[in-house]
Amino acid sequence: MNILESKQDKWFLAANYAALFLILVNVLYPLLYILSSSLSSPQAVVSGRVWVWPVEFTLDGYKVVMEYEKFWLGFANSMFYTGVGTFLNVVVTIMAAYALSRKDLPFGVFILSIFVFTTLFQAGLIPEFLVVDALGIMNTRWAMIFPTALSVFQLLVARTFFEITLPEELLKAAQVDGASDLTFFFKIALPLSAPIIAVLSLFYAVGHWNQYFMALIYLRDESLFPVQIFLRNVLVQNEVDSSLLTGLGSVEAQNGLRQLLKYSVIVIASAPMLIVYPFLQKYLVKGALLGSIKS
Amino acid sequence: MIKTHMKNSRPLRKQVLQSWQLYILLLPAATYVALFKIYPMYGLQMAFKDYRALNGIWGSEWAGIKHFERFFASYDFWRVLGNTIELSLYDLIVSFPFPILLALMLNQVRAKLFKQSVQLVTYAPHFISVVVLVGMVVQFLDPRLGLINGLIEFFGYPQINWMAKPEYFKTIYVLSGIWQNTGFACIIYLAALSGINPTLHEAALMDGSSRIRRIWHIDLPGIMPVIMIILILNAGHILNVGYEKVLLMQNPLNLEASEVIDTYVYKIGLNSPLTNYSYATAIGLFKSVAGLIMLIIVNYAAKKAKQATLW
Repeated sequence: MNILESKQDKWFLAANYAALFLILVNVLYPLLYILSSSLSSPQAVVSGRVWVWPVEFTLDGYKVVMEYEKFWLGFANSMFYTGVGTFLNVVVTIMAAYALSRKDLPFGVFILSIFVFTTLFQAGLIPEFLVVDALGIMNTRWAMIFPTALSVFQLLVARTFFEITLPEELLKAAQVDGASDLTFFFKIALPLSAPIIAVLSLFYAVGHWNQYFMALIYLRDESLFPVQIFLRNVLVQNEVDSSLLTGLGSVEAQNGLRQLLKYSVIVIASAPMLIVYPFLQKYLVKGALLGSIKS
Repeated sequence: MIKTHMKNSRPLRKQVLQSWQLYILLLPAATYVALFKIYPMYGLQMAFKDYRALNGIWGSEWAGIKHFERFFASYDFWRVLGNTIELSLYDLIVSFPFPILLALMLNQVRAKLFKQSVQLVTYAPHFISVVVLVGMVVQFLDPRLGLINGLIEFFGYPQINWMAKPEYFKTIYVLSGIWQNTGFACIIYLAALSGINPTLHEAALMDGSSRIRRIWHIDLPGIMPVIMIILILNAGHILNVGYEKVLLMQNPLNLEASEVIDTYVYKIGLNSPLTNYSYATAIGLFKSVAGLIMLIIVNYAAKKAKQATLW
């Protein structure tokens, strides 16, 4: 399609590049500002001298975070919820998606429509809360894992993936060779599912890592809190353990460090997901493609 | 389904038994849906009862529709419903075109590295948690230390305490949402654009059509079915503003504009000195039913207009 562009098209393309560049800068700037602030001196942050790059470079904010035990406890808890939760999510989703992708499964369509119905009509906050309570998992780690063990939307995406990747002839051929359904699933379907497992893992992991509302209603023990609850207390409710800031002398210095600390925890808590997603970026479009075929 | 059974000419019962391995694969998911999605519906009867923990859901006394009457008659009803619909519609109308526009623009870019950089950067905010997003908003809008007020002061205007003013709440909510979601939401449109038959563009090129004309006459109609589906899904979720972001952005000063159905249910049911499960369940049920009706209406309207629909 690399034919000579008309003059009008050249102008259009130039404007298009310029506009996209502006969008790029607009999205990037707040992120850069946070990062630069976290690396600047408390005085520079408080007096508003940070605009783009770090001013009076220092790692003081990160040093305080390093000693903040509550933060690392939350960080470790979030690691656990994300790791175990995502593993369970992927296992449950892949197994069900394969079974429901089989055209010859009796009542398959019926079961799937019940699943979809639960996304269109939900019982709501209080009934779901009482079920978690009745199951005896309130205020335990499982309350952060079981209530979101499956996303029906991701199930639909994975089902479409299997429908496309596994032609019926493949199944027929395996069945002629005497393969049972489970053999076919483990020996043929599963080894071909790496791309969809990547997409599912990313989506589920982001959901777990960023989850805070479930912790808010299901957890009471501080020792179980994920990092997001910690972040809420520090960033939104402005609660910083002042014992960490003492020994700094003036109130002003404490206030500066308090601001610096906020920027530093934002950076550390957001880093895991922001580091992982670029590696899985190519799978995201494929996943979206499956989603759009479904709809 | 019945037809395929007849084709196999085996009785259904035998087929079910033969598929036992598939049912095993389905078991964890089915257990989850039954336990965490369907079983809670049993608790919906609380909306018509006076729930007392001592008696349990089943043993509590029937109360008729008094909780619904109380909600509809309450002073909060119109304010909460109004805020919910206003915030949703505002968000839907203003945010919706951005991902489409970004996808159409990106689709014109041939320089691969530039295209990938724009995608990489615009996806990033999606991976930031709501807590951090709201934390960033609070930092940027801080009355004394915030970046925005720093700019305002620089130009000689008085500083504004943005988060404390109800009139700014919805705009802050919508704009921060655009920043966070536009890049990621555009993926689905990019995927749809990649599915457009290239011969259409080649033919248009032969006719000497400009890029703008081709976007308008080929690209946009090509992704229209996807646009419609996303629109229907969003419109059906108008009452589902959600707990997370609104709850985080809420403070006593902006409550007048920020109280929505979801946060109201949360407060009445779980976060007040005198929690009332039955009343909160009734409000939640009202929301679910109204939401479902809305989805059906929007889908019906799309069908009438001969557009792509959900079913």
